[in-house]
Amino acid sequence: MTNEGMITLKAVDLAIIAIYFLAVLSIGFYLKRFAQTGKDFFMAGREMTAWVAGLSFVSANLGSLELLGWAGSSYQYGILAAHWYWIGAIPAMVFLAIVMMPFYYISKTHSVPGYLTLRYDRAAGGLSAVTFAIMTILMSGVNMYAMAVVMKVVLGWNIHFSIWVSSLTVGIYVASGGLYSAIFNEVLQFFLIWFGALLVPIFGLMETGGWKGMVARIQQNFPGQDFTHLWSGLGKFQDNPMGMHWTGIVFGLGAIVSMGYWTTDFLVVQRVLAAKDIRSAKMAPLIGAFFKMAVPLIVILPGLLGLAVLPMHLFPESGLQAGQHSYNEVLPLMLARYFGPGLLGLGVTALVAGFMAGMAGNVSAFATVWTYDIYRPFLRKTATDHHYVSMGRWCTMIGLVISIGTAYLAMGFASIMDYVQALFSFFIAPLFATVVLGMLWKRVTAAGGFWGLLAGTVSSVGMFLLVKFNPAMLAVIALSPHAKALAEDMYRALWSCLIGVAVTVAVSLMTKPKTESELKGLVYGSTVLPKEGDLPLTKRPLFWAVVVLAIFVILQWIFW
Amino acid sequence: MHKDVIIPVWFFVGVLLLVYGILICASGLVEWSAPQTTTLAELHAPVWWGGLLTVVGAVYTALFRPGRGR
Repeated sequence: MTNEGMITLKAVDLAIIAIYFLAVLSIGFYLKRFAQTGKDFFMAGREMTAWVAGLSFVSANLGSLELLGWAGSSYQYGILAAHWYWIGAIPAMVFLAIVMMPFYYISKTHSVPGYLTLRYDRAAGGLSAVTFAIMTILMSGVNMYAMAVVMKVVLGWNIHFSIWVSSLTVGIYVASGGLYSAIFNEVLQFFLIWFGALLVPIFGLMETGGWKGMVARIQQNFPGQDFTHLWSGLGKFQDNPMGMHWTGIVFGLGAIVSMGYWTTDFLVVQRVLAAKDIRSAKMAPLIGAFFKMAVPLIVILPGLLGLAVLPMHLFPESGLQAGQHSYNEVLPLMLARYFGPGLLGLGVTALVAGFMAGMAGNVSAFATVWTYDIYRPFLRKTATDHHYVSMGRWCTMIGLVISIGTAYLAMGFASIMDYVQALFSFFIAPLFATVVLGMLWKRVTAAGGFWGLLAGTVSSVGMFLLVKFNPAMLAVIALSPHAKALAEDMYRALWSCLIGVAVTVAVSLMTKPKTESELKGLVYGSTVLPKEGDLPLTKRPLFWAVVVLAIFVILQWIFW
Repeated sequence: MHKDVIIPVWFFVGVLLLVYGILICASGLVEWSAPQTTTLAELHAPVWWGGLLTVVGAVYTALFRPGRGR
């Protein structure tokens, strides 16, 4: 199973990893008895508290690809990577909690495509379900491959062994307990990741003598480069290591990509829909937002500390030579620097748990969308609840097998992160336009929703291909020839969303809207929203939304 | 039908942290006088970090144990 790796694990480390596998399988088997109906298997009985739903919401996004990828990105781009945790998440989470959640919850939808079916028609819901199913499987496979590569490099584990053992474990526990299993394991993973990774920044800051000492060491190691300012280097594309302009961050990332991901990607929204009541459903993203704001402590800060303390420089994956390490290895390198036996096992288990929880999130969302939004409306309309649950269990396993196939497919791609970001811009950005317009404007019609979504998706893929085949088009799409891959993704997402909005509005104005009664519980102005005036201040989601936004603003000011 | 007896997720979190805490703390004590191979090894982090995990795990396990009526 093993060759030579960067880290050598001892018996106690292997025991910690083995106990984790045993624990998740046992929990899956235990929860199977609670997941017998469709509501239980696909929606976790809709009985999760705000805390469980909130931690699960933020953990579903905290997979290993996320941990390793963004730690690597912070080594490469500096603190600019924290934008993906702050402006790239917090306003969107608040928007989901306060503006969108009431409509998702009151409509009693089981999924985001399900909401589109209710709001528009089967065509818009079906299109969204198919694109989501494709994206989810591709994401799951890429996540799987990325983790197997890391396990090979770091621990020397065989790539096929990592893929198959982890996938089978995830398959067994999700097929057993459905969304219950996925959520329980995401909460477990949340604690493992924090306890497994928090010592890295603590030790790093102790070694460098605090933040100022770290900044001084970075300047010494990389003279003339600014890695520690969040906004002040974003005035020009060529003034920062990301090749980014502030408009790309604010309008591309903050207004479109993050809004699309956090409010319409069913992988994360599904966790909140499992909340026990509407107040819990509104509080869950806000609880998630508090922890999301803190995640840079265990992801971005280790990358920055890597710039300060690692004796060697890291390089991009593509041009790696023998003996060199890539950006993505910065977190494992920091683990190896500080962690001895026992702690190393915990750190590696946190990475494995992140990988497995990320995959479980993908397959549980895939199972729900396939069963409820593709199989039931288009293939078998009238079947028993038991039949749909069986279908959910089977397609969990089938989804995993397809994911393993896409993992092997991903081995052929040069850059995994490019591939992932491209997927988001293809499917998530246009979907946001369709969902938010449908929620907030009664005049939008079924035809407008369908054609807007299709136009946004096709235009995004078109822009991606245009730049691939004619790199000169980068200056047009990303507004500068100096723009790098991430900047291109942000602008492509922005344009595809705007195209989706324009087509949705134009087609809607030419077609007949639904009646007021058909829109009840689905659209702003036709829905009675529950009042919170009788709740004490600290129980009101709006109060916590203001607190979250205030902390967010203070963080921007501190690291400006 | 079984919902009234489902064990809270916090109990599972507690048990896992408790087991990990004991293992890590014990391994830190065993390695106490072994040659140092990692940076800041002289702080003996596994002992106090394992101790912290043990305490947090024990509290969660006790608070959310099955049959406590939560």
